[in-house]
Amino acid sequence: MKFRVERDVLADAVAWTARSLPVRPSVPVLAGMLLDASEDDGRQRLKLSSFDYEVSAQVSVEIEIEEPGTTLVSGRLLAEITRNLPPQTVEVSTDGAKVVVSCGSAKFTLITLPVEDYPALPEMPQLTGAVGSDAFAAAVGQVAVAAGRDDTLPMLTGIRVEIEGDTVTLASTDRYRLAVRELAWKPENPDLSAVALVPAKTLADTAKSLTNGAEVAIALSGTESGEGMIGFEGGGRRTTTRLLDGEFPKYRALLPDSFNSVAEVQKAEFIEAVKRVSLVAERNTPLRLAFSEGQLVLEAGTGDEAQAVEVLDATLEGDEIQIAFNSAFLIDGLNAIDSDIARLQFTTSTKPAIITGKPAEEEASSDYRYLIMPVRLSS
Amino acid sequence: MIGPRGIEPLAAGTDEDAGCHILHIDMDAFFASVEQLEHPEARGRPVIVGGTGPRGVVASADYIARTYGVHSAMPMVRALRLCPDAIVFPPDGASYRRASEAIMDVFRSFTPAVEQVSLDEAFLDVSGARRLWGGPVRIAEAIRERVRREQRLTCSVGIAPTKFVAKLASTRCKPDGLLLVPTTRVTDFLHPLPVGALWGVGDKTEQALVRLGLRTVGDVARAEPDMLRHEFGQALGGRLVALSQGQDDRPVVSHTPDKSIGSEETFSSDVDDPEVIRRELLRLSEKVARRLRASGHVGRTVVVKLRRADFTTITRSRTLGEATDVAREVNAAARELYAAAGLERERLRLVGVRVEGLTAAAETPRQLAFGEQENGWREAEQAMDRVAQRFGPDAILPAALAKSDENDV
Repeated sequence: MKFRVERDVLADAVAWTARSLPVRPSVPVLAGMLLDASEDDGRQRLKLSSFDYEVSAQVSVEIEIEEPGTTLVSGRLLAEITRNLPPQTVEVSTDGAKVVVSCGSAKFTLITLPVEDYPALPEMPQLTGAVGSDAFAAAVGQVAVAAGRDDTLPMLTGIRVEIEGDTVTLASTDRYRLAVRELAWKPENPDLSAVALVPAKTLADTAKSLTNGAEVAIALSGTESGEGMIGFEGGGRRTTTRLLDGEFPKYRALLPDSFNSVAEVQKAEFIEAVKRVSLVAERNTPLRLAFSEGQLVLEAGTGDEAQAVEVLDATLEGDEIQIAFNSAFLIDGLNAIDSDIARLQFTTSTKPAIITGKPAEEEASSDYRYLIMPVRLSS
Repeated sequence: MIGPRGIEPLAAGTDEDAGCHILHIDMDAFFASVEQLEHPEARGRPVIVGGTGPRGVVASADYIARTYGVHSAMPMVRALRLCPDAIVFPPDGASYRRASEAIMDVFRSFTPAVEQVSLDEAFLDVSGARRLWGGPVRIAEAIRERVRREQRLTCSVGIAPTKFVAKLASTRCKPDGLLLVPTTRVTDFLHPLPVGALWGVGDKTEQALVRLGLRTVGDVARAEPDMLRHEFGQALGGRLVALSQGQDDRPVVSHTPDKSIGSEETFSSDVDDPEVIRRELLRLSEKVARRLRASGHVGRTVVVKLRRADFTTITRSRTLGEATDVAREVNAAARELYAAAGLERERLRLVGVRVEGLTAAAETPRQLAFGEQENGWREAEQAMDRVAQRFGPDAILPAALAKSDENDV
């Protein structure tokens, strides 16, 4: 194998592929990155692959091939090396059981891993549709904040993806908050109806890393066919992820349909004030909010500790309300809405509240909703 | 016991302890003994606990070191000159506190009236425990036996009608002793003692008493009460009169706010079956949670203690997202800690479950979760509490703890 490629092209491709390398490989070959230089449809291409049995990543870039071939080298080391190469043409060649990487006056010799031991990457499932890459990354980011991090409840560490015709609904919850986002997409089949539970962290990383192309193609294999798998492809990069098992909570029933109070607050001011006031809130002590006509009072801390209070302008329709939240959960929700004005809807101080952006038109409903459970101050 | 001719052996089945319901329990060379437990290589050798720096002082010395003349508050440099072979440990507060909590739990299993004076010392009022456990001497022997068997530590117990006599008695029978001062012998016991033995008599008062020619407690008892009140004022004078006659009406005050609530079990023979251990963790979790609810507390940190057959002990803790008083949650954390400790194949002598970081349940904020049922596990366990209150602690148990009966179908 021998090929030439520009340093930036190679470094980008290697860095992206290296994201899916396992931190602690269960078998040594999984620490490797597979490099395959070959001609495909008359174009000379290098395919780089990584796989940890959960997530696979593959990217293909254009190169000049002198001699086609396949090799497996340590992915971490290759990523470190390519990141630090000078901005010139890189030549990669095999020399017996070694791989030589040379660029300018620098030359590296790497040992290879046995290619024949490397597992076959999973097949990309069948294409189901496509979505704008920036919109998809933003939507996934809005939802991923509410996903659980506790591995003892694996179904809560995922983002539920529901496809109904030309609408995709993303949802996640850690039992304390729930984020739901709807977005339009272009399905291959307009009658498509499907659901999948995708690990939230992987989905968020993937969506963010696929914004180099205009669109992301989504490929979903039926969960009923056993091995559930979802694939994403965009800008020459493709990745597959195993789906999570387990029943996602029936979240739609949690969304309240009537409210006793609706408040609106300037988002940026609100976030700043929450951060300031919660400086005195020790771990697990809540931030208290009191909404009344024209104002919002934020308080934290109690009699025998440090205390803080701040007053903001706010509009309120309906009943006055006092309610307490975990300030980190509140900030996550406020940061996730895409409007300068936060709208908060309440029923009572022990029932979930909904945070949305203020819709552009009064009648429009928000496509992002963040439901947050309050903290009960005392029993 | 203190008999007509001084210290005499206790007759079996004595009823001399009638009216002596105060126990003063003092652990023997506590810090040094705990270090010897945790460091088997130090057993049978002189041990000193204290600061090891140039100005370090002795905090505790075991009885071997004491035979060389080492005692607490002595400069370490001097102690090591007296006893160069001693093994010195820097004080390990956390492990003494853990040992102390385990011991206090043993005391509290006999009576709730436990007044902890320091890490290694407590007063117990056993007047209410008589029906369940027998007289004060029987209780003291049972406590000493359990502390020795379960904690591998020795203690000395003074039994007397009053707190200050009980304390003097435990001092007189150290180490590893038991001394009863029957009501009728209190004055015989007290009167030969120097006046400094009286509670509240420090250097200054002692000097003043000696100037008046009063050297022993007996001298004070025979002195004119009015003279003592005149010389020392109403409060101190009155107290000297009362104490010298063996009168001390201070009650045993069990001051909780508990910082933690725990329970442990020493198996009658060592256990290496993980299923048995897990069942025991469940039983202890139930017990601890019941005590949390009874005292109106919730706690955030679950601690599991596992003691191997060779007495080496490990503790593992986990802080929960939310404070709890629910056995189900305590048990889930305890099981995980046990699994993560990697002792599933080891022979264990003791397991313990403890909940720390306690706060009053009524004042503790609680993050609500979606879909939480109004009546969840907490309410189910509260219902169990009510059943247990009426029909006894074993009337209702998790199914895993039920003893199967041959009549069961």
